[in-house]
Amino acid sequence: MDARGEGEPSAGKNRTTVERKSERELVVTRTFNAPARIVFEAWTTPELLMRWWAPKSMGVPLLSVEADVRTGGRYRFVFGRDGSETMAFFGRYIEVTPHSLLAWTNDEGGEGGAVTTVTFEERDGRTLLVMRELYPSKEALDAAGTGAAEMMDETFGQLDELLATLGDRG
Amino acid sequence: MLTAALARRPFPCYILSRMVQYNAARLDASFAALSDATRRGVLEQLGRAEASITDLAEAFDMTLTGMKKHVGVLERAGLVTTEKVGRVRTCRIGPHRLEEETAWIARHRELWEARFAELDRVIDELRRKEKAYGRKRRR
Repeated sequence: MDARGEGEPSAGKNRTTVERKSERELVVTRTFNAPARIVFEAWTTPELLMRWWAPKSMGVPLLSVEADVRTGGRYRFVFGRDGSETMAFFGRYIEVTPHSLLAWTNDEGGEGGAVTTVTFEERDGRTLLVMRELYPSKEALDAAGTGAAEMMDETFGQLDELLATLGDRG
Repeated sequence: MLTAALARRPFPCYILSRMVQYNAARLDASFAALSDATRRGVLEQLGRAEASITDLAEAFDMTLTGMKKHVGVLERAGLVTTEKVGRVRTCRIGPHRLEEETAWIARHRELWEARFAELDRVIDELRRKEKAYGRKRRR
């Protein structure tokens, strides 16, 4: 179908694209080598979400996932290194269409929260996933990604902690 | 659900090291571009107003080809952007905003790439299970 062989299920690594479509919208796309029902299952089953939503490189593990995946159902993700310092992310599923669409609100940040819409489009046994995050304002989207200085501080803070534990071990 | 959170929250060291590498490569290019007096002059000029390659060649008493080369170096370093409309190539100072935006996108992509790599593993496992289950059912 196309010269680059993208139609073959085992062809190479699937690319993740991230694009700021407008002042208020961020769009992420990725193809997965599986039918939509399987990809959808991985996005809607708490035990499975636990395994991939917080990749190790993120540095902060997921402690629990509650997800009542149906229109109007609520979700709550709790992150943290231990029980004493945790962070919860929560919201409501506003639309759930099995194997093709998921949409939810992000309520932990109050009014600046985005609405996330994920579509699963199956083609030749593979699934194109498109995730859109629509923020209420340009400022809210800017804040979701900028604040580089703050981020650096936190990262250095983490690095400090890591170095401290390495030091203890030595 | 958590992209917003990620920006506020602890970022992996590898993202930081990637950004440092990225910045280092970029700084090399910037410093190389800035090591030439004409190019520094061009930046200064563009800092005041946009200009075509022809304008710049005249202002610096150079050939068009020579100026094109200088602008090319500045452009590759991200210090200048150019846009061709008709037969005129207009040069502008590379906005710092662009740099921030690149980093902003890069941070989101790092997260989603890492996340999707894990998701690939989960999906592979689900596929294998489904296949095994399907075989059993058919027997």
